[in-house]
Amino acid sequence: MNRREAYEARQRKRALILATISTLLVVAILVIFVPMAPGWEQVRKSFFSGDVFVQSFPKMAKAFLLNIAIFAWSAPLVAIVGLLIALARSVRSPALFPLRIFGAAYVDIFRGLPVVLVIYLIGFGIPGLGLPRPYNSPYIWGTVALVLTYSAYVAEILRSGIESVHASQRAAGLSLGMSERSVMRDIVLPQAIRRVVPANMNMLIAMQKDVALLSFIGPVEILRQAGIFKSLFANFTPYVVAAAIFLVVTIPATRYADYLMNRQRDARS
Amino acid sequence: MLEAEPKLRMRGVVKNFGDHAVLRGIDLTVSEGEMVCLIGASGSGKSTLLRCLNGLEPVDDGEIFLDSLDIAEPGLDLGPVRQRIGIVFQSFNLFPHMNALENVLLAPRRVLGKTRDQMMGEAEALFTRFGLAAHMHKYPDQLSGGQQQRVAIIRALAMKPEVMLFDEVTSALDPELVGEVLDVLRALQAEGMTMILATHEMRFARDVADRICFMDAGVMLEEGTPDVIFSAPKNERTKAFLKSILV
Repeated sequence: MNRREAYEARQRKRALILATISTLLVVAILVIFVPMAPGWEQVRKSFFSGDVFVQSFPKMAKAFLLNIAIFAWSAPLVAIVGLLIALARSVRSPALFPLRIFGAAYVDIFRGLPVVLVIYLIGFGIPGLGLPRPYNSPYIWGTVALVLTYSAYVAEILRSGIESVHASQRAAGLSLGMSERSVMRDIVLPQAIRRVVPANMNMLIAMQKDVALLSFIGPVEILRQAGIFKSLFANFTPYVVAAAIFLVVTIPATRYADYLMNRQRDARS
Repeated sequence: MLEAEPKLRMRGVVKNFGDHAVLRGIDLTVSEGEMVCLIGASGSGKSTLLRCLNGLEPVDDGEIFLDSLDIAEPGLDLGPVRQRIGIVFQSFNLFPHMNALENVLLAPRRVLGKTRDQMMGEAEALFTRFGLAAHMHKYPDQLSGGQQQRVAIIRALAMKPEVMLFDEVTSALDPELVGEVLDVLRALQAEGMTMILATHEMRFARDVADRICFMDAGVMLEEGTPDVIFSAPKNERTKAFLKSILV
């Protein structure tokens, strides 16, 4: 071991000891002091009941499948609508100016509204038009609301990707006689999309969680199922179950997004 | 006997960037198969001139005739013009998400409607000819600067242009890689390509060019054969520039 390595080994050892002591300290405080709170017994029974956990879990997991289904068919729609809006905002031809205005207005409106509000307005408003049976479902219109909102965010991410591709790439394509359209499709977009994959992963994770907002307008997805169990058992544990199920999915997904982001940053430097 | 129609003729070409006049009435005539070198300080308008010829910068006034077609006509569809006039840039501008071969095949496929198979023989011949046969399937970031620039030249040649423009194509290269790119230019000249180069490689310009044009502040100050320009420049600014660069 040379001098530098010896020094770094000492530093690591020191850091490890400090980390261990501080972690133990925090855990001890939680374990000792939280149960000393006057309402702890009550909270333990109503949020962390083992019986309720076991009884509610199977149905909760099943309800979560609906979240996954809604997410699964929303995600591709968001990708398509987001791309179309991003392209509408990126066109240069003066003849297509109205398209740019539309794209800008779309993004302003849907980024400017709380998701819940959009879900209420579209999810209740459009079925209120008196559409025939399968088309008045809150599943459909709730999902549409989700897709419209998230497309606005994804469009902005994509647009930033498109703008990050250096102008010289465009010049190189045009100088070979390629059309604007072909330059966008073959040269700019492939580079832009690659650059914004990590950012879009984070959008998808956020949307996956926001599927739960549809519980406000009807579909019995996991959050609504939790609400039903809460009333049934007069106990809040089903919400903890829901939280646990969400974390099982979102933690690996966020870790993966971070991994992609780091890899991209390393590749660039 | 009729004088041969020039390949390219610029008359009174003007280009402004906002209030800044970059080209102030350029006249330049280039014959078929001629190699013209533009020299001059940075900012004298060499690059802009080339970008105007390729339609990447719209000119504000004046005429540019390619054969008998005025390519400075506002509103002209530039696609077909750009196929006839290729340009190679200082910074290569290869497409980083494609390998060298795909870089070369993209425009012929998209613009000329050729298939990969139709283009393959031709592309391979070009790669072989410029010593890059072993690198066809490498991505730009796996190639040296000199190799990337040669791929960029092949990419432009694959469109079968009638005129080639070179915008300081060796300025971004390490000194030991300049030679391999200049060799390519010599080979193109030997086969009769009409070429316009903006360059700082004075020795190369002197050895190879048919004509040297000295640009200063958006004006073509002096032009002539390399011997005349380098040995007996008339204009004071030309003298000063050559003195500063040839110490």
